[in-house]
Amino acid sequence: MIVPTMAEMMAQGKQPEVLFWVGAAGSYDDRAKKISRAFVKILHQANVDFAVLGTEESSTGDAAKRAGNEFLFQMQAMMNIEVLNGYEVKKIVTCDPHSFNTLKNEYPELGGKYEVFHHTQFIQNLISEGRLKIDDTTLKGKRVTFHDPCYLGRANDVYESPRELIKRLGVNLTEMKRNKSTALCCGAGGAQMFKDAEKGDKEVNVLRTEDALETKPQIIATGCPYCNTMMTDGIKFKEKEAEVEVKDIAELIAEANNL
Amino acid sequence: MEYLPNIFFALALALGFGFFAMNIRKLSRNIKLGKDVNRKDRKPERLKNMMMIALGQSKMIKRPFSGFLHIIVYVGFIIINIEVLEIIIDGLFGTHRVFQGVLGNGFYAFLIGFFEILAALVFVAVVIFWLRRNVSNIKRFLSKEMKGWPKSDGNNILYFEMVLMSLFLVMNATDTVFQQAGIGNPISQFIEPLFDSFSPESIHMIERSAWWIHILGILVFLNYLYYSKHLHILLAFPNTYFANLNPKGQFNNLESVTTEVKLMMDPDADPYAMPAEGAEEVVPEKFGASDVADLHWVQLLNAYTCTECGRCTSACPANLTGKELSPRKIMMDTRDRLEEVGRNIDANKGVFVDDGKQLLNDYISPEELWACTSCNACVEECPVNIDPLSIILDMRRYLVMEESAAPQELNMMMTNIENNGAPWQYNQQDRLNWKDEE
Repeated sequence: MIVPTMAEMMAQGKQPEVLFWVGAAGSYDDRAKKISRAFVKILHQANVDFAVLGTEESSTGDAAKRAGNEFLFQMQAMMNIEVLNGYEVKKIVTCDPHSFNTLKNEYPELGGKYEVFHHTQFIQNLISEGRLKIDDTTLKGKRVTFHDPCYLGRANDVYESPRELIKRLGVNLTEMKRNKSTALCCGAGGAQMFKDAEKGDKEVNVLRTEDALETKPQIIATGCPYCNTMMTDGIKFKEKEAEVEVKDIAELIAEANNL
Repeated sequence: MEYLPNIFFALALALGFGFFAMNIRKLSRNIKLGKDVNRKDRKPERLKNMMMIALGQSKMIKRPFSGFLHIIVYVGFIIINIEVLEIIIDGLFGTHRVFQGVLGNGFYAFLIGFFEILAALVFVAVVIFWLRRNVSNIKRFLSKEMKGWPKSDGNNILYFEMVLMSLFLVMNATDTVFQQAGIGNPISQFIEPLFDSFSPESIHMIERSAWWIHILGILVFLNYLYYSKHLHILLAFPNTYFANLNPKGQFNNLESVTTEVKLMMDPDADPYAMPAEGAEEVVPEKFGASDVADLHWVQLLNAYTCTECGRCTSACPANLTGKELSPRKIMMDTRDRLEEVGRNIDANKGVFVDDGKQLLNDYISPEELWACTSCNACVEECPVNIDPLSIILDMRRYLVMEESAAPQELNMMMTNIENNGAPWQYNQQDRLNWKDEE
């Protein structure tokens, strides 16, 4: 798979249209890596001139900040900003709503001002510009429900672009009882991904999976690598792996377009 | 002698408003114990928020049933103030139904008739509220932070409103002249027959008593506010005005940290530099919040504004799955501690004397704080734009940056970010390996 880096681009004297911010999950997590690859396939199909930072990318610091470690967050932010500004990056796209939120909202005050897109917004733009089409026959008629990531939805009011894309797949989109601004967290945000949950009577991801299962879906669509992991675990917990798949919207589009 | 009631009335009014003003000053002083935060920008947006959310109740109706009942009580409260104004003028000048002459029979009849209908609707709404709180099993009214005073406070407010509305209707029903005129009495005309067997003197006595108890009750209720969650009827307005306008996911960047990090990352900075001769010793700021004075004033205003409705808690994923965290309790604890600090200052002639307590641990436990997923459901739900998440984050910052007291797994995660640029222990050189795996 061809994934150019900013360093290579610079060596050739080129400035790509957009930087793909892969994020730690998208780089290292086996499940999330598939989302990164699916998204790159889409970028290639639409002939998007993009690059990644590769080994020069580092954690945005989102998890550190939300865990309360503002020092570590700002150190990460300032290092990343130095790299991004060094490459004169203007436009960033990412599949991770946490990176999206941090780059978009928290970096500007520290000197990092970029136009930041979640991959669902970016893909939607590609479609409206006529650069990409989604084949609506492959997944036709499948029952799909969408889980809103908190850091995309409530945190940044992005509710429509993921839904628009799902509808273009020709599938049957059903909403959970808690959706959009009232959606339930997957349980991973605020650095919960990296620790055991506090004592309670249930795991958050199990409760959210129950919300999803009530819609009797064949596919649970997500737009966040952490939500993806949490919902996948929830489905395993409920022993529904045979009936229900958890897929990122980028993966669904890549699948629909046979990429 | 004939001016005695007027003098007594003026005295009661002065006493009621005076005591209230005193408490408002205390309230304002307590809120100012918080740190500064700039919420004076973007005035048109702020005004719009206040108009929509506080005045227009736009977030209340997200739960239609309680939202609708609340609007009845709210409109009743606003409108009834015109009636209170008439009572005050009558009381001070010894007039009777002074607006009748001023506004003319027709308009006056319309107004009072409207008030009577509202009063009856408010009474019904309040009874339903009481039933919801005390009879039906609504989970958010049964949480453990709602035991004791918070529960009786909620009920007291409802009793107050029931009594005040009844007195208003009885006062109209026993006003013989008003009833005989037959204008503006759509509800009270049905109450009037109850007093048929009474002598005219007794009916007049009842009318006067209802009138007096009604206005004195209002003055008592006014002064009850400061001690009650009912304070929201006043503070919802400034609270929505000064609320955060940034995207909910945007957490503030601590400036004190920025300065330190910049210094740390500056290759030209001299690590052994001494402060210049005569320069003031700079006391390093505390990072994060362990007590109310470490929070900013809007967070403290939030605490006083909280109506303890529990919509936040009923949407909180941690709370829904049985964890200790309840965003409502975070707000109630903050107010309780702030009140305690305020009383401490009053008792010590204007200065706070260390009482060996703080918001962290004595009120809010680290377990509650670490259960938060920062999902913003509580912030989204609050009908008056309170932000419990910002308090949770500031307290986590204290735990991590001042006490190094993060859960062990989070310390590992942070060490990994520091060393490898990712929350997991992978080599940064492997960051692009995914492109060659299939």
